Amino acid sequence: MAKQVIILGGLSAVAVATARLYAAQGATLAIAARREDELELLAADLRVRGAAAVTPFALDLATADPGADLPRMAAGLGGCDLILIAYGALTDQARGETDLGYAAEQLTTNFTSAAGWALAAANLLEAQGQGALVVLGSVAGDRGRRSNFIYGAAKAGLGVLIQGLAHRLAPTGARAVLIKPGFIDTPMTAHLAKGGPLWAQPEAIAKVIAKAATAGGPIIYAPSFWRLILLAIRLAPAGLFHRTRL
Amino acid sequence: MTLVFQPRDDVLSWGRAHRGRQSLGRPADASELRAWAAVDKGPRLARGLGRSYGDSGLHAEGRLIDMTCLDRFRSFDAMTGLLRAQAGLSLDTLLKVTAPQGWFVPVTPGTRHVTLGGAVAHDVHGKNHSWAGTFGRHVRALSLLRSDRGLIEITPQSDPELFAATVGGMGLTGLIVEVTLQLTAIASTDLVVETLPLGGLDDFFALNLQSLERFEQTVAWIDCAQRGSKLGLGVYTRANWATDGGCVAQGDRRGPSLPFEAPSFALNRVSLSLFNQAYRAVQLARPRRARLAYGDVFYPLDAVQNWNRLYGRSGFYQYQSVVPHQGGREALADMLRIIGRSGEGSPLVVLKTFGALASPGMLSFPRPGYTLALDFRNRGQATQALLARLDAVVRAAKGALYPAKDGRMPRDMFALSFPQAQRFLTYRDPACGSDFLTRMGL
Ligand SMILES: Cc1cc2nc3c(=O)[nH]c(=O)nc-3n(C[C@H](O)[C@H](O)[C@H](O)COP(=O)(O)OP(=O)(O)OC[C@H]3O[C@@H](n4cnc5c(N)ncnc54)[C@H](O)[C@@H]3O)c2cc1C
Ligand SMILES: NC(=O)c1ccc[n+]([C@@H]2O[C@H](COP(=O)([O-])OP(=O)(O)OC[C@H]3O[C@@H](n4cnc5c(N)ncnc54)[C@H](OP(=O)(O)O)[C@@H]3O)[C@@H](O)[C@H]2O)c1
Repeated sequence: MAKQVIILGGLSAVAVATARLYAAQGATLAIAARREDELELLAADLRVRGAAAVTPFALDLATADPGADLPRMAAGLGGCDLILIAYGALTDQARGETDLGYAAEQLTTNFTSAAGWALAAANLLEAQGQGALVVLGSVAGDRGRRSNFIYGAAKAGLGVLIQGLAHRLAPTGARAVLIKPGFIDTPMTAHLAKGGPLWAQPEAIAKVIAKAATAGGPIIYAPSFWRLILLAIRLAPAGLFHRTRL
Repeated sequence: MTLVFQPRDDVLSWGRAHRGRQSLGRPADASELRAWAAVDKGPRLARGLGRSYGDSGLHAEGRLIDMTCLDRFRSFDAMTGLLRAQAGLSLDTLLKVTAPQGWFVPVTPGTRHVTLGGAVAHDVHGKNHSWAGTFGRHVRALSLLRSDRGLIEITPQSDPELFAATVGGMGLTGLIVEVTLQLTAIASTDLVVETLPLGGLDDFFALNLQSLERFEQTVAWIDCAQRGSKLGLGVYTRANWATDGGCVAQGDRRGPSLPFEAPSFALNRVSLSLFNQAYRAVQLARPRRARLAYGDVFYPLDAVQNWNRLYGRSGFYQYQSVVPHQGGREALADMLRIIGRSGEGSPLVVLKTFGALASPGMLSFPRPGYTLALDFRNRGQATQALLARLDAVVRAAKGALYPAKDGRMPRDMFALSFPQAQRFLTYRDPACGSDFLTRMGL
């Protein structure tokens, strides 16, 4: 069955992989991202790969108006089976601790603005009585750690919001799911040394997202082994945890 | 975003024999690549999927630009088969999209895990050289990002010299960003394949004579452990695209993966000989005429991921030569005798024929003749000495060696193989270099 999909942050590596999965199935897509030239390139790519239609929306998602823009995107599609919130930024923790303007900006990108899109999406899906909101959180939101707690706090906040939306939507036929990936080999992590079993490819996360769009949740670790790792990390007593440099 | 480069010891070529540190960056998209190129004019080389065996895709003294994220389709016309895509797109992905619509790459190497850029840069060939020539013959346009001229679009008409330098130019004329390729129409994604026994080298020439005109795809597998009267024992396959049955998507039939490097004793004279006998028997047990999906015909090796780890930690060399039709029979026999006597060599020995269609690149490898390719595990000096004996045969026959498969050819063999090398160098991007080029002293 052909699907209608909205992707916010379409140029993220995970979003590209997800969009291609749906394009190959003949889906109709609306894709929002801020770099217009690359957005057009992606739209053409998805059309060749089989998308029935692709509408690009060049937007800065941190400053756009979800209450107006999201219904506009959905109207163009004539309905919507999946809304994916994929954009985000990996916060430079050291900078954020001293440059408070930067920290606030990062919290806006990763939490405040994403929360706005999620609330708008929930209203839309609730009115439809079907469809899924899938949001990319992070395992970094499971416990505050000195190396990335500004980013982690935003993802944690987003997590509680999506959990609440899932609760609210439960009786309506619509759904909300938070995906918590571990390490993904994408431009976001280009500065890290990669390789080994903890690293996932964006294509693998895309499959988890597509599955989450039809069933499961409200919280899905991707890949699933991260659930156990994070359980251990959450349970570690502060006395012990504070002696690590994680 | 700024492009990040990391020092890497795990960036190897397919033969895994060249070890050392490479500085690798992977631009997320064309914008990031252009932004980097606007400020960095330093030494660089493009990298595709790393399927070249030797050091043509490595550059210890510069930066390696991993092009695989530049994998967007730009346009595809299902009426004409004309395709435009970014150069990091793999043939694997390309075919998943176009084959079900009745369009196939006009020329394919023995693996689908190569990029368009890599296919152009080595002007690759397939089993249909007599019919289609090389990959570059089907390229209609290229965009090239050069350190001295920026982003330029070239066609065989607009800039015939730079085009001829870039096709087969081993990435040395700039970073290929996009490729326009004319695909070939197919009526089915299957081929009708005939499998015939080869009792010896003479059979190969006899079968070639009656097959080359009637079958688009022809190739021989040779058991290199055989000597004497059985020299050239093997299997001959010839195939044409099926003319009915329609086109279907061929899924990922990713088989097992070799998770680590095999111990060095895994491949020896006995295991080689046993494997070869079993392989030949299995091939010949197939019905003489069979209908097979394209993946099984063109890419049997892709079924085992990372099979190159079979040769252990020291890696291996592939040796691919071409010898002219004239005198080629004797040269092939000489090479097979040398290999048979050595007890080295590998299960994967391929003998193909290059036809008369001219190659478009100044450094294109294919030229009329017979091309023999096989692997040798790297045993250091002993292997070098063995390959030098093969060089002598190729040299005497006025043949050539294939840089995509090389990792050790002496400079005089390169000069002999590529008489246009000096002319080529005038089109080189001054910032581009490679370990291969350094080794050749150019
Ligand atoms: C199992 C197997 C079977 C093969 N069979 C055949 C065969 O039948 N016929 C044949 O001809 N070859 C064959 N090959 C070799 C292979 O086709 C070539 O080595 C090809 O160039 C590999 O492409 P790649 O994308 O992996 O490029 P790499 O190996 O990463 O790079 C190869 C060269 O291309 C250049 N390059 C890559 N991308 C770009 C770009 N965007 N811009 C400029 N330069 C670029 C690099 O600088 C380098 O010089 C085979 C290889 C394997 C492993
Ligand atoms: N990579 C990981 O290891 C990892 C782990 C856990 C969770 N995640 C989460 O997964 C999601 C996808 O990340 P990724 O790894 O795919 O990273 P990515 O490729 O770096 O993508 C991030 C994307 O977010 C976009 N973006 C940032 N701010 C924006 C804004 N204001 N308006 C519009 N777009 C904006 C960026 O756009 P530009 O291209 O224009 O900059 C970029 O395309 C993110 O939410 C991330 O936090 C990633």
